[in-house]
Amino acid sequence: MERPLTDYQTNTLQSETATGERISTLERVQKISPNLWKATLAVVRKDLTAELRSRELLSAMLVFALLVVLIFNFALDLQPRLRVTVTPGVLWVTFIFAGTLGLNRSMAMEKDRGCLDGLLLAPVDRSAIFFGKAIGNLIFMLLIEVIVLPVYSVLYNINLFNPGLLLVILLGSLGYVAVGTLLSTMAVQTRTRDMLLPILLFPLTIPVVIAAVKATTGFLEGWTFPEIQVWLNLLVVYDVIFISVAFMFFDAIVEE
Amino acid sequence: MKQAKPIALTVLDLVTLALMIAATAMVFLYAPLEAVMGQVQRVFYFHVSAAWVGMLGFGAAAVAGIAYLRTGNMQWDVRGMAAVEISLVFFFIAIVSGSIWARPAWNTWWTWDPRLTTAVIVELIYAAYLMLRQGIEEPERRARFGAVYTLLGFISVPVTFISIRLLDTIHPVVIGGSGGEGGFAMTPRMLQTMFFSLFTFSVLFVDLYWHRVRLGTLARQVEQLRLKLAQ
Repeated sequence: MERPLTDYQTNTLQSETATGERISTLERVQKISPNLWKATLAVVRKDLTAELRSRELLSAMLVFALLVVLIFNFALDLQPRLRVTVTPGVLWVTFIFAGTLGLNRSMAMEKDRGCLDGLLLAPVDRSAIFFGKAIGNLIFMLLIEVIVLPVYSVLYNINLFNPGLLLVILLGSLGYVAVGTLLSTMAVQTRTRDMLLPILLFPLTIPVVIAAVKATTGFLEGWTFPEIQVWLNLLVVYDVIFISVAFMFFDAIVEE
Repeated sequence: MKQAKPIALTVLDLVTLALMIAATAMVFLYAPLEAVMGQVQRVFYFHVSAAWVGMLGFGAAAVAGIAYLRTGNMQWDVRGMAAVEISLVFFFIAIVSGSIWARPAWNTWWTWDPRLTTAVIVELIYAAYLMLRQGIEEPERRARFGAVYTLLGFISVPVTFISIRLLDTIHPVVIGGSGGEGGFAMTPRMLQTMFFSLFTFSVLFVDLYWHRVRLGTLARQVEQLRLKLAQ
């Protein structure tokens, strides 16, 4: 769909107002919403294209995730009897560690090659950059999870193909990636950036870990739905709160 | 440039010292001996007070964070930092004193109860906050990131508390509730001692906070003078 020139001009004017005078976030969203969506998709597409060509992020995350599963096998001596109780914990630790690796790398690439400055100079709202990066990170994390699940099922002879489990993984990853994208943007701008992200991120994502592990256990052990629903609700609440909070704070993090 | 220590601060120091002595005396001499737990229950008064100061600092840090992001005034950064540091120390005191009490009362030093775990997570968030600040040299960016991170912590900690609470709890709810292992009914003298301790620790918080903000302000002035010299 071709956009007329005037639209582009208004867009430029609007982002000038966004930096020049303080207008509320809501007003900004209302003003730029059609372009916001388009710009977000552009950022996502950029991340996916770059990844398709280099494949460095996904391969590193995948190998790392498989290594974590392997190490758990020896560290916990996963016997058949123990497996059902331990599996949710092992899975989520794997996802979260691999996720941190991806979040760190995805932002470090932007920073190293000066792409972040380029993105910030683009005449689009900053939230498009946040949502674009977050959706990109979410896609990478979900891809890893989709690969790790069947591998884990085969290795430990557990049936993990459960639609409920997929819902838990989606909700858990969503909240994790929202906070993670914000904090990785923060972490890459510091001196100790590679070390810092997990230290900043883990204490804030404890509710995700608790709820996701509990809900996963529920689905694997066949709890009744009301028992699981408590944890699903918690995940939804966390996601809603932290997506909006991260969106609100992103401007303060990239402002120069 | 204000450099001399304000007289009001000196007065407050002395008042705090007197209150601390009085509170200690009350805990050991005035409050009656608890029937079941004995002497170890006396740690309760300062334990609750220290946790209260930790919470005060936690709230103050969040207020300073919001104020900094709204105004961009560096003085709010100094205030936020001061609140975080004091909160960090007092939560640590609360955790250690609670542990001393828990050993005879619960027969364990530690349990993964919501309050205990949440206190530790607050400590970890603050540790991360300090590391974040150490990694940034530019003062304005350091203040901005610090403010955002304290607010993220402030929002996530209640959610964490609720999610751990959904798991299970054995921590006694002494005030306004029953249940939990090691809960007890308080006599009037115990209540008086507790409220006096709470008051004393609040004054102590104000005193320490004042000192810390003053130190931060002076440090900022030194930094500015050094920059001026370098130019």
